[in-house]
Amino acid sequence: MKPFDYTRAHDPASAVQTVAEEPGARYLAGGTNLVDHLKLGVAAPEHVVDVRGALDETVTELEDGRIRVGAAVSNSALAAHPLVRSRYPLLSAALLAGASGQLRNAATTGGNLLQRTRCPYFQNTTTPCNKREPGSGCSAREGHGRDNAVLGVSQECVATHPSDMAVALTALGAEVRVLGPEGERGVPMPGLHRLPGHRPEHDTVLEHGDLITAVDLPALPLAARSTYRKVRERASYAFALVSVAAALQIREGVVADVRLALGGVAHAPWRAHHAEQVLRGEPATEEAFRAAADAELAQARPGADNAFKVPLAVNTICATLRSLTTQEDR
Amino acid sequence: MEATITLHVDGYRRELTVDTRTTLLDALRDRLGEYSPKKGCDHGQCGACTVLADGRRILSCLALAVAQDGAHVTTAAGLAQGGGGPHRVTRAFLEHDAYQCGYCTPGQICSAVGALSELEAGMPSHATDHPDAPVRTTDAEIRERMSGNLCRCGAYPAIVAAVREAAQ
Ligand SMILES: Cc1cc2nc3c(=O)[nH]c(=O)nc-3n(C[C@H](O)[C@H](O)[C@H](O)COP(=O)(O)OP(=O)(O)OC[C@H]3O[C@@H](n4cnc5c(N)ncnc54)[C@H](O)[C@@H]3O)c2cc1C
Ligand code: SF4
Ligand code: FES
Ligand code: FES
Repeated sequence: MKPFDYTRAHDPASAVQTVAEEPGARYLAGGTNLVDHLKLGVAAPEHVVDVRGALDETVTELEDGRIRVGAAVSNSALAAHPLVRSRYPLLSAALLAGASGQLRNAATTGGNLLQRTRCPYFQNTTTPCNKREPGSGCSAREGHGRDNAVLGVSQECVATHPSDMAVALTALGAEVRVLGPEGERGVPMPGLHRLPGHRPEHDTVLEHGDLITAVDLPALPLAARSTYRKVRERASYAFALVSVAAALQIREGVVADVRLALGGVAHAPWRAHHAEQVLRGEPATEEAFRAAADAELAQARPGADNAFKVPLAVNTICATLRSLTTQEDR
Repeated sequence: MEATITLHVDGYRRELTVDTRTTLLDALRDRLGEYSPKKGCDHGQCGACTVLADGRRILSCLALAVAQDGAHVTTAAGLAQGGGGPHRVTRAFLEHDAYQCGYCTPGQICSAVGALSELEAGMPSHATDHPDAPVRTTDAEIRERMSGNLCRCGAYPAIVAAVREAAQ
């Protein structure tokens, strides 16, 4: 591990100023991803700026009914917050499906969004990887490809985004509050995470120095009937092979509105706009769910080892929507 | 680079100068001689290094010691202090033989103490029927909440039994 300076930031503005001025500086929040990367040699900052104490740690309701989540709110506190449990069950469920109790206590909202891929070649500094070392090649394309993406892949990178929380935020259409050297701005979800294209070294649209200060959840009554379903290799403490975040509103047997996002299938949490469009106005039946899921996955380009993810995603979308048709109103 | 920090470990105030790269786990074991937190994977994947920091369970292998400056850290060994004999969770582990080699045990015990206070606070888990449903202490809840602690000896049934008893 390379030596680094460590400072604790006391307010967001000074943290941004420090990091923006130093190319070798990095933010630290809960540390559950960055400290791992320091050990692996995947990250080698010269200066670690701890922002956990500088960022908001509260969940507050804004006057217009939106909910603002401070970037330092822990994953466990967010999942357990009464407003989130009742109004956005898909978000609580997604958080609770991720990592372990110990990790969720340390992990923050900002850090969770910016955690990096679990692609084994990205984490192993002895293998080529375009994301870690642009231009070196992609080992996952020809290598162990079970976990690779099937949607929005590029020749240069087939990695998936590992966050469960981000999938729920993508379904909700949350807005990420960012403070940069030029001031404050909002970045919508989907829209924070990129598809790999020719520049897989960029996970997101953020620039060096940009600091996530909060995430705003829209007032969305539809989200009260919502859930998150995660399919993985073991029942707990494993990343998703495929996951689905969904909210469903049915009126007189017809899909009045629906929100659908997928995890484990792409470089970014994947909003299933196409499936949503197909489904709106259709009867809430198994056939309609399947037709919508098939329509979304028609764009899939799996590799040799991960073709199973396509029917798995279709079946998981159907099962998730089906479970919402029978869920009682709370 | 070095930094001088203060850690309150198992009730004792400890001041030390660490390289900024030192994890809380290495500071506890190699610098302070506190050997109850164990190093299994050193990458957040096994739970052997679990301690309580300011009352909440965390993985000490993924926390920088400098980032914990000022924290109150409780290890499994520290749970015993206070004159009342072993902690009720430690006692339950003994009664149920909830280990074989014992390597994962201090992490399991700290994790169980944290998990039980999360249960008491009504925090939901992946095993809860609905995130907004009341939380009940079932075996499924215990297994889910303890899933971040692996046991290579496979003492899981006895660990669940011990945590169930300690919950009552
Ligand atoms: C064994 C294991 C299993 C896991 N399983 C899952 C899982 O199933 N599902 C899941 O979703 N996650 C899982 N995780 C990942 C975990 O959720 C993330 O590590 C965690 O959410 C990261 O948050 P943090 O606050 O610790 O981030 P840090 O490690 O502190 O930071 C992560 C990155 O974000 C940057 N950063 C942090 N905060 C900000 C900010 N406010 N603004 C700008 N940049 C910032 C840092 O510079 C760094 O690059 C797992 C992790 C481990 C170790
Ligand atoms: S899939 Fe992406 S992250 Fe994985 S080896 Fe290829 S370039 Fe690297
Ligand atoms: S040593 Fe920390 S989780 Fe394995
Ligand atoms: S008792 Fe041996 S690893 Fe758990």
